[in-house]
Amino acid sequence: MAGGVLAVSALVLTGCNRHQSALAPFGLEARSTLGLTVVLTIGAAAIALAVAAIYVAAARAPEGRLSHKGGMRLVLWLGAIIPTVVLTALLLWALPAMRPLPAEAGDLRIRVEGEQFWWRVAYRPPGAPPLFSANEVRLPVGRTVVFELAATDVVHSFWIPGLAGKMDMIPGRTNRLVVKADKPGTYRGVCAEFCGLSHALMAFDVIAMEPAAFDAWLAAARTAPPRPQDRGAALFAREGCASCHAVADNGTRDIGPDLTRFGERLTLGAGILAPTPENTAAFIRDPHRFKPGARMPAYAHLSEDEALALARWLKRTSPEEGR
Amino acid sequence: MSLHDQDDPALRAAQEQRLRAVWEPPKGLFLRWSDTNNNQVGKWYVLTAFGFMLFAGVLALIMRTQLAAPDNDLVGPGTFNQLFTLHGSVMMFLFAVPMFEAVSIILLPQLLGARDLPFPRLSAFGYWSFLLGGVFVSGSIFFDAAPDGGWFMYPPLTTRTDLSGLGADIWMLGLSFIEVSSVAAAVELIVGVLKCRPPGMRLNLMPLYAWYILVVAVMILFAFPPLIAGDVLFEMERLLDWPFFDAARGGDPLLWQHLFWIFGHPEVYIVFLPSIALFAMLVPTFARRHLLGYPWIVLAAVGTAFLSFGLWVHHMFATGLPKISLGFFSAASEAVAIPTAVQIFVFIVTLWAGRVVWSTPLLYATGSLAIFVIGGLTGVMVALAPFDWQAHDTYFVVAHLHYVLIGGTLMPLFAGLYYYWPLVTGKKLSDRLGRIAFWLIFVGANLCFFPMHLSGLEGMPRRVFTYPEELGLGGLNLASTIGSFIIAAGVAVIVFDLCRSPWRKRAPRNPWQAGTLEWLALPEDENWGIRSIPLIESRYPIWDQQDFVRKVDEGRYFLPDAEEGRRETIITSVLDARPVSVIRLGGPGWKPMLTALALGGVFILTTYHLYWPALVCGVVTLAMVLWWLWTGTAEIPEKPCKPIGHGMELPLYISGSASPGWWAMFITMMADATAFSGLVFGYYFFWTRHEAFPPAGMTAAPGMTWPMVALALGLAGWLMTVAAREIHTRGGVGTARLLLVGGLATSIAGVPAGLAGPWLSGMDPTAHSYPAIVWTLAIWTCLHAAVAAIMQAYVLARSLAGRMTPHHDADIRNVTVYMHFFALTVVAAYATIGLFPEVA
Repeated sequence: MAGGVLAVSALVLTGCNRHQSALAPFGLEARSTLGLTVVLTIGAAAIALAVAAIYVAAARAPEGRLSHKGGMRLVLWLGAIIPTVVLTALLLWALPAMRPLPAEAGDLRIRVEGEQFWWRVAYRPPGAPPLFSANEVRLPVGRTVVFELAATDVVHSFWIPGLAGKMDMIPGRTNRLVVKADKPGTYRGVCAEFCGLSHALMAFDVIAMEPAAFDAWLAAARTAPPRPQDRGAALFAREGCASCHAVADNGTRDIGPDLTRFGERLTLGAGILAPTPENTAAFIRDPHRFKPGARMPAYAHLSEDEALALARWLKRTSPEEGR
Repeated sequence: MSLHDQDDPALRAAQEQRLRAVWEPPKGLFLRWSDTNNNQVGKWYVLTAFGFMLFAGVLALIMRTQLAAPDNDLVGPGTFNQLFTLHGSVMMFLFAVPMFEAVSIILLPQLLGARDLPFPRLSAFGYWSFLLGGVFVSGSIFFDAAPDGGWFMYPPLTTRTDLSGLGADIWMLGLSFIEVSSVAAAVELIVGVLKCRPPGMRLNLMPLYAWYILVVAVMILFAFPPLIAGDVLFEMERLLDWPFFDAARGGDPLLWQHLFWIFGHPEVYIVFLPSIALFAMLVPTFARRHLLGYPWIVLAAVGTAFLSFGLWVHHMFATGLPKISLGFFSAASEAVAIPTAVQIFVFIVTLWAGRVVWSTPLLYATGSLAIFVIGGLTGVMVALAPFDWQAHDTYFVVAHLHYVLIGGTLMPLFAGLYYYWPLVTGKKLSDRLGRIAFWLIFVGANLCFFPMHLSGLEGMPRRVFTYPEELGLGGLNLASTIGSFIIAAGVAVIVFDLCRSPWRKRAPRNPWQAGTLEWLALPEDENWGIRSIPLIESRYPIWDQQDFVRKVDEGRYFLPDAEEGRRETIITSVLDARPVSVIRLGGPGWKPMLTALALGGVFILTTYHLYWPALVCGVVTLAMVLWWLWTGTAEIPEKPCKPIGHGMELPLYISGSASPGWWAMFITMMADATAFSGLVFGYYFFWTRHEAFPPAGMTAAPGMTWPMVALALGLAGWLMTVAAREIHTRGGVGTARLLLVGGLATSIAGVPAGLAGPWLSGMDPTAHSYPAIVWTLAIWTCLHAAVAAIMQAYVLARSLAGRMTPHHDADIRNVTVYMHFFALTVVAAYATIGLFPEVA
């Protein structure tokens, strides 16, 4: 076993990820859980070693070293009293961490709905109309954010390991998860409840921003970026993409992911591909190659050239490229 | 204790001759499968469960190969989802639970010095059901039709027919069939422990394995029925579109999660406690002394069982339940660690106080304790809700549960395999191969599962068919995959060892010098179980009772003969094991197998929506059961009593609560009532989920009149049956028959009366969860009324055919037990659907 542990440690050192890990927190909840994890791990290791040591001593002891009375006393102390005391102390210490962060009416609410196999996102800042998006969550560092989590088709689970524990998204219910990010950066969240064929391919990008930058982004995002009236626009109209995807009118179509600000997304297809025009074109022509079970039909009849034109047009909704 | 007749070797040889003839297993290529004796059925059962374990292990190896590298494409998501669903389902339903029952069917009669279990044909029925259902469920993967919704089958993914196919029905119906056989085996084992102990073996002298069998079988009895209730609702939604789990029509996916985990958590202890039971047998043997703290370990087992029913919500910490309930279930989940610690330390102090003799079984026991302790400690971690919110549904939990199940089920079973192989086959397994296999499995398990703690915390969710390279989890996963193949190599060594066993020389009798009763078994095959049924004065009679083995072998105890040429065993009283009767056991026959086939037809044909053939199979099943009961139970013996030696005479016929049949009915009905409670729970769960239930605007309701009529009819049928039993006992056969006719009429009338409420008010069960659950309760109760009618007609027929008399009245007494439970069902169901809406 020692060899295994060594090999494991070596592997761990080579393969740490910093953007989707409960061991690399960027929020208050995940940070306090990591503290709990460290204490629990040390405690568990100490108890495991102690039990092993007692077992070895017991197996080596000569016959009759332990009397019946002594044995019963050991069972009472080691089996009953000490575990009861340790576990009671642990509960009293750890359960207060269950208390959710306090949230106020003025806090930013973000509604996220799980779909097979993507995320519908709506920012609901206090006193302003909602802003729709998909497959990406941005949040301001240092401010309390309330996620409202729901699902329409099957059970999903919303998990940003670096930010907080997970919370299920259950049809017919709305669950709340209160978080506070404390370190800006780009992270990743995933679906943690098995939800069908492409459960493994259901992720999203999480961007924790400085509050001022977030406010600026939210304000700018309200205006749809200018889009050229080119071949791509014609294809978008001809193929009826707009019956599922919104590209301009905030939230009018939400059968499929909102593509208004598709150009600024860091990934394609709910966190699974680099958002290059080539990947986008390939996805449009055959989504099921990348995402088995996805609801989007294949547009295989589009030529590569057409698909690429459509992809470039979608990409141009990026503010940088639109400028 | 002298019985001079037995001094005569010629007499002993004649007795042995008769016993051998009576217990002779059927021979021949076909006939051998009609056997019902626990030795044969137990062996088939163990081999089949072992085969399913190997099969599920191969599925796991394919998964680990797929996950060895990031973005791998050995198998696609469709196949992968079938692989993990089947791996979990097969390991749980076709390996862990049946293996416990199989081992117990072999061992229990030996441990209790009984000739067989009280209902050998029920064991055979359970085995054939298990085989048929198991092959049906696991074979589906070869047709790419295996269930793919996870072993937990969460709706709506699994109930929506547009999102899930035939696999979901195969899971639900195939495994429901197996759950029936599990409950049947549980009934058999409980009655076996309570009623088939040898004279003098009071409860506090029982071998610990028997205690654990009792505890675990009782757990099965209360844990499986909620799942069966869930299965009923689930299939009603899939086949008939009744919206129990559809939020859009007033259902709730969480109802399934509750019902599943009320089963699912006790299930963990159902598969873990039998392993502790094996330790409790082998640790004293290799410590060469009595187990220290017998009352402690019994109390701890009972405590674990009790607590295990209060933990299910820890599988649902992330579903957004109120924090107060999470706190309660966190605390309860931690509390279960305490009885577990007591059990572990009882073994440690026993080894401490004794003289440890190292052996292969003890090596496996030691290794599994080491692995189990790690799994238990990570269990303490995940029991804390805040930690669980991170760990839940990640590879951390995969690591935790495999540490628990490998340390708490698989390796203890291997310990038991090496320990008990000589008992079953007369040959020892190779110590050298056993040790090689042990080290491969031990190192492999740690290499496979330890890294998963880290990959889970580093963001790897469960049930993913692949993971992106950027996560940097390739190294950890590769280590896990290598570990999994090392485990497989270890298991392969064990299989090789088993295959070589027939060519090894016979081991001496009781090769480990153990002190418990089961080691009386002779290395040569003798099917009779035990030569004479001993009087027990100690927990370790072979060690403590003078000349014990010789006296048993020379037939100096009870029932040393089979004068009438019948298979017999002694029935004793529940608490202090006073002999109360001798029962005749069923011998070989085809009825158990044919009944299992017919019942399997009901479940399997329903899967393919072949409702008419399924109905035919249902009728055949009923006919088979009645034929079986008519020809093989409550037989009036040719003489009232028989001597069993030492001047004791025991009756050959008993009825009422002294008889095993009464207990079997009572225990079965406890399971039935638990399943019904699951459905009633569904009704009140919906009530808590809706502001008004029946929902506002839902005008169709059963009203009060018809449910009250049905209630009155049900209670009248119950009263008439109870009165019939009383008057019958006093000799009033004619009056009793009249009362039974009256009861039969009310039971039959109860069926339309029960359905009239929802039917006449036009309740549409597909519209909303309210009419759906009302219909379900009404149909359940009416089915029970129909069964009551069949039973009353059966008893009447028995009486008319002269197979039931005021003295030989087991049939009516057993049916009365059914009627008591039926009356409870009627009251609960009709009060819920008829009265509750008026007061709520």
